[in-house]
Amino acid sequence: MNLPGAAPAIELTGATKRFRTPSGTLHTAVRDLDLTVAPSEFVAVVGPTGCGKSTTLTLVSGLEEPTEGEVRVYGEHVAGINPNVGFVFQQDAVFPWRTVLSNVTAGPRFRGVPAAEAREKARDWLARVGLAAFEDRYPHQLSGGMRKRVALAQTFVNDPRILLMDEPFSALDVQTRALMSDQLLDLWAGTGSSVVFVTHDLDEAIALADRVVVMTAGPATVKEIFTVDLPRPRTVEAVRLEPRFVELYREIWASLGEEVRITRERGAGHAA
Amino acid sequence: MPLETAPAPTPATVTRTEVRERAARNRRLRVLGARAGVLVAFLGLWEICARQKIIDPFNFSQPSRIWDQIWQWTTHGTAQGSLGEQIGYTLYEALTGWVLGVVGGVLLGIALGRIRFLADVFGPYIKVLNAIPRIVLAPIFLIWFGLGPASKVASAVVLVFFPVFFNAFQGAREVDRNLVANARILGAGNRKVTLQVVIPAATSWIFTSLHVSFGFALIGAIVGEYIGATKGLGLMVAAAQGTFNAAGVYAAMTILAVVALLTEGLLTFAEKRLFRWKPADSGDGR
Repeated sequence: MNLPGAAPAIELTGATKRFRTPSGTLHTAVRDLDLTVAPSEFVAVVGPTGCGKSTTLTLVSGLEEPTEGEVRVYGEHVAGINPNVGFVFQQDAVFPWRTVLSNVTAGPRFRGVPAAEAREKARDWLARVGLAAFEDRYPHQLSGGMRKRVALAQTFVNDPRILLMDEPFSALDVQTRALMSDQLLDLWAGTGSSVVFVTHDLDEAIALADRVVVMTAGPATVKEIFTVDLPRPRTVEAVRLEPRFVELYREIWASLGEEVRITRERGAGHAA
Repeated sequence: MPLETAPAPTPATVTRTEVRERAARNRRLRVLGARAGVLVAFLGLWEICARQKIIDPFNFSQPSRIWDQIWQWTTHGTAQGSLGEQIGYTLYEALTGWVLGVVGGVLLGIALGRIRFLADVFGPYIKVLNAIPRIVLAPIFLIWFGLGPASKVASAVVLVFFPVFFNAFQGAREVDRNLVANARILGAGNRKVTLQVVIPAATSWIFTSLHVSFGFALIGAIVGEYIGATKGLGLMVAAAQGTFNAAGVYAAMTILAVVALLTEGLLTFAEKRLFRWKPADSGDGR
């Protein structure tokens, strides 16, 4: 896959996104952002709250278009939703009126896969996330962690070459979050897809990623990129105890902490 | 020894659950009893007051006379034909008007909710039409469509359409944006988003309006019949009023109430079947 000269999985060049706020002023969420993600690379994006990390993901997914600049996925200009992209949302986005199985078949069915084949694929992914016994349940009958696993199966069943994750585990409790992270690494290991994982949790970012991108206080742009040279396969709880992990944490926090402080001071300024 | 002591707490907990269950059952019985008591007291007081001439039975009638009237209609039929036929006629008009109004309201509501351009163009007109007291259109419909069922169906439609339309519109507008984004990422086009995300998400909004609107459909049919018809419960009310038969008016009203309650029950049953995906308690909250 990593052919020399092959196009990177994701390439953002000078991407800027401005929104018009309800009061009529222009708000710049992302400013002049350059970022390249290689095929089958796991990149975590960290930054202060509300700095525009999520906007970066919507630009890559094609849900939003950049105001300026260029977004390419496998060398192709992004215009509209790219079928190679999977997206796991921060909030629950599984369809509450569909059963677990029907939620996972949704993607293939939307894409015109015959029902029987879609069900077969869906059952396979449900088994991999450990929900085979729950295929007839409705989402409200599941715990938050189980709903997230449905969302993972729903995304992975489409075989995305690019996986975008927007703080997917932030609503879960600490133990469930660690379990989900390990499960994500397992699921991802076989696929060879590239991941962009947005989080505000630096622990999670280092434990999961090959590279950690630190964003500036909003409007977001890339501040620094750190390579995480921890060996794979990793398990989240074990990797946290390694001395190299702690070193990386200290290094990256030195950079991230500054931006967090700026954001906090601005917040205080607004409040005053 | 532990074997002997261990089961000891179990009977205690069982009895405690039993006590709680019995208390709940008693409460239910008390509520039902009180409900029946209120009805009996109300009817009894009415009957006594009418018999003692405290209120004028000619104007206010009395429960026993109303019952006699219903009984007479059931056994001997009404001046317009059998009672079942009258009920059937009114129900037919109300149901036809209701179905047409609901279909129109849902289709237009979803369309305007999804297509911004249509909403911007038609929004003000719909507001203006909604501001008209639509029940006064009934005489116009009578002129347009004659004494038959068509004029009643028309008045039911205009009454039903607006609440259903506004709820469907609101429902389509307030669909969780994450769900729409998720469906689009998963590969759904505009049509599939509308059919498989927006419509299911709007159904709970639409269903709330269905309950209210069936009542409106009945009102439309009855008022239409009251103004001019050859058959139906509304005509019976008008006929009873014309002969100063207060008992007849009340009897027709009672029959109507029973019909409305039965259809409401059917609707609730359908709703429960349709909303199995919802947590059980959220339905009771309303």
